[in-house]
Amino acid sequence: MKSNSQVVKPLEKRNFGNLLNTQVLVFLVLAGLWIYLSIASPHFLNISNIRNIFSQESIVGVLAVGQLYTIITAGIDLSVGTVMALSNVVLTLLIVGGMSVPLAILLVILLGTGFGLLNGVIVYELNMPPFIVTLGTMSITLGIALLLSGGTNISGLPISFAKFGSSNFLGMPNLFWILIIAVVLGEIILRYTRFGKYVYAVGSSVEAARLSGVNVRTTIYGVYTLSGFLAGVAGVMLSARLWMGVPTAGADYNLNSIAAAAIGGASLFGAQGTVIGAFLGAIVMSTIYNGTVLMNVNPFWQEVIVGALIIGTVALDQIRKKQKYTYTKK
Amino acid sequence: MEEVLRFENVSKEFPGVKALDNISFNLKKGEIHALVGENGAGKSTLIKILTGAYTPTTGKIHIWEKEYSKMDPILSQSLGIAAVYQELILANDISVADNVFLGIEPSKFGFIKKTEKKKRTVELLKSIGYEDLNVNSVVRNLSTAQQGIVAILRALVREARIIIFDEPTASLSSKEVEVLFNVINKLKKQGTSIIYISHRLEEIFKIADRVSVLKDGKLVGEKNIKSTNMDELIKMMVGRKVRTDVYDPQRKIGKEIFRCEGITNYRVESASFSIRSGEIVGLYGLIGSGRTELARAIFRADPLFSGKIYIEGKEIKIKSPISATKHRLSYLPEDRRLQGLGLQLSVKHNTNLASYKRISNFGFVNGKKERFITLDLVKALSIKTPSISQKVANLSGGNQQKVVISKWLAAHSKVFIMDEPTVGIDVGAKKEIYDLINKLAKEGGGILFISSYMPELIAICDRILVMRDGKIAGEVKRSEFSEEKILTLAIKNEGEKVNS
Repeated sequence: MKSNSQVVKPLEKRNFGNLLNTQVLVFLVLAGLWIYLSIASPHFLNISNIRNIFSQESIVGVLAVGQLYTIITAGIDLSVGTVMALSNVVLTLLIVGGMSVPLAILLVILLGTGFGLLNGVIVYELNMPPFIVTLGTMSITLGIALLLSGGTNISGLPISFAKFGSSNFLGMPNLFWILIIAVVLGEIILRYTRFGKYVYAVGSSVEAARLSGVNVRTTIYGVYTLSGFLAGVAGVMLSARLWMGVPTAGADYNLNSIAAAAIGGASLFGAQGTVIGAFLGAIVMSTIYNGTVLMNVNPFWQEVIVGALIIGTVALDQIRKKQKYTYTKK
Repeated sequence: MEEVLRFENVSKEFPGVKALDNISFNLKKGEIHALVGENGAGKSTLIKILTGAYTPTTGKIHIWEKEYSKMDPILSQSLGIAAVYQELILANDISVADNVFLGIEPSKFGFIKKTEKKKRTVELLKSIGYEDLNVNSVVRNLSTAQQGIVAILRALVREARIIIFDEPTASLSSKEVEVLFNVINKLKKQGTSIIYISHRLEEIFKIADRVSVLKDGKLVGEKNIKSTNMDELIKMMVGRKVRTDVYDPQRKIGKEIFRCEGITNYRVESASFSIRSGEIVGLYGLIGSGRTELARAIFRADPLFSGKIYIEGKEIKIKSPISATKHRLSYLPEDRRLQGLGLQLSVKHNTNLASYKRISNFGFVNGKKERFITLDLVKALSIKTPSISQKVANLSGGNQQKVVISKWLAAHSKVFIMDEPTVGIDVGAKKEIYDLINKLAKEGGGILFISSYMPELIAICDRILVMRDGKIAGEVKRSEFSEEKILTLAIKNEGEKVNS
């Protein structure tokens, strides 16, 4: 801990941008939580418990990666959770209806991607606030999932799904490895590709990006399509975890993915945030859920703690930036 | 006549600039006193002191025979001072009556008296002789002229007795101007005193009683409108210091690099001109003349109704800023902070923003090239930044502008359309920007230098185009440069005859 806080100071002085600082901050919060919980509960540092945390984190984490992209463009995607649930329901129905598993998976990922693209097209072409557009698709996808399923959970997925969802690879849950792939690819795209550069540019100033010859249309299409694609992937992951189709499974996930990105340093004003940050944010959240159970705290406190944490981290960040601002302005 | 307002030796200094220098100025009851002067002459500073936005460095202000050393916005309002700005600040989505009474709603037990509000608005409209306005209309749906009326009502309901009009006619049609003048004359008859700021001299002769001319922060003179004429006023406005250390005679002027013909859209009418390589062409025009609009139409940042664009003699089709950039055109917007830069992004990111295509393979950016290009340009343009990862928001105005220029250099631009490239940049850094512009031209670029500050155009340009009412009113060659000539073209309707 000590050595970490020493790292922060010179970075600030040299004004290395806020991203690194915010990540370090989240990392400190996470380290603090883990240290506290491993002292407070003998069960916390158990390998199966750690696996459980990571497995819980996986799905929110994958959604948070897509969410982060939209947030960096100063947008938002409120539909990720329900698109995921719709994919979950459709996947179950297709497989129960006799379709081959790989084809069904491909189709639902395409379905998610399609809804993402639809969001992007409406946001850009009709110049509508992303909040409203994705609020609409959130409601629409929830409705379709309920209609298709008749409002009930659908079982009948092959046992292989449950097995995949509960088994490990190299000591860690399979689902967690999917998240790792999403995070690594997500970070690489954001950092090293032209598209990634444009995502930040659009979030910083759409007009400046446009006047610099940046194709704003494809950038906006891109982020929402990516978010939809990942929601489709998350739908497949959810099917493995729940071993059935649950039309209402998406409700919490929308806001949790935003929370993960925000805790990880993404700014809703755009141009700020990293995939690693969102990943850490998601671990922080699943650690809290896990911790309250281990500590025998009334689980309803989870929501309160997460809420306070969102406000707390973002407030800290804001205060830190203000100081910097006044510092540079003399 | 009774004196309502007097400035006594008022000065206002900013670091490095004297915006107002020992100004004495007065306003009488029921008088329309016009203030004229070019951009940067000090008019807005004077108004800001009066409305309390700025504190004068020295001097006294007398209002209603009381002496003050400074104003503040609340004091200013309570003394009956109100300003109607060129860009109206109204709440767009509520009604006329609601806007008029915004913040001072007549109420009883916390409930707003709606009918009284409307009744009083109607009465006010009657008192200024403008009854052609529905008090229930939402402001967004009104014409600019009608919105101006709402702003006037807002001043009146606060019992304003000194009203400042800052370029009120910049976006009005001539018919609307007539109506506005009727209203202003009515106010005058009721004893309201008016400070009227406008670039349009013919308007001043129509409406003002007296006129004061400002130049470089100094008061050049004050005239009774009946004892002066337009030529005399223009003579008073011109004659500012022109830097002689800026023009670079070594630039070689080559072949035509850019030409546009008949550029037309809703603010620009059939504008044609050309730029040769190595040439710096100035574009001058008063507020509302269509300078920025012309630049944006060429770059396709705004719609273009008709017009042709040629690069190196070949006609090209520009559909969007993306294709403009591809054809090595560049545009440096006037609002550098919001439109020229991603403020949150690093120097490196901004420098390469227009040219990521050039330095990426299969979508992946070549980080080495990105870094080297930035380092080269930071060095070549001597951009002062602690590192290329620095956020541009933390740089000074001059260095920010250099980053914008570096962005276009990285994109291998040949034609640079610069909209007010030195605005908001301090005196020392301005020279660096001028040097840089000269260098760009020397290396074969063509430059359109848009500015509302004529001395800088005279200092650096090879020729100056003058715009008026969306049209190019004329062109002046360097050998014939004179502020008077240029200003005459920009102001006078019969300007075409002065064409060189």
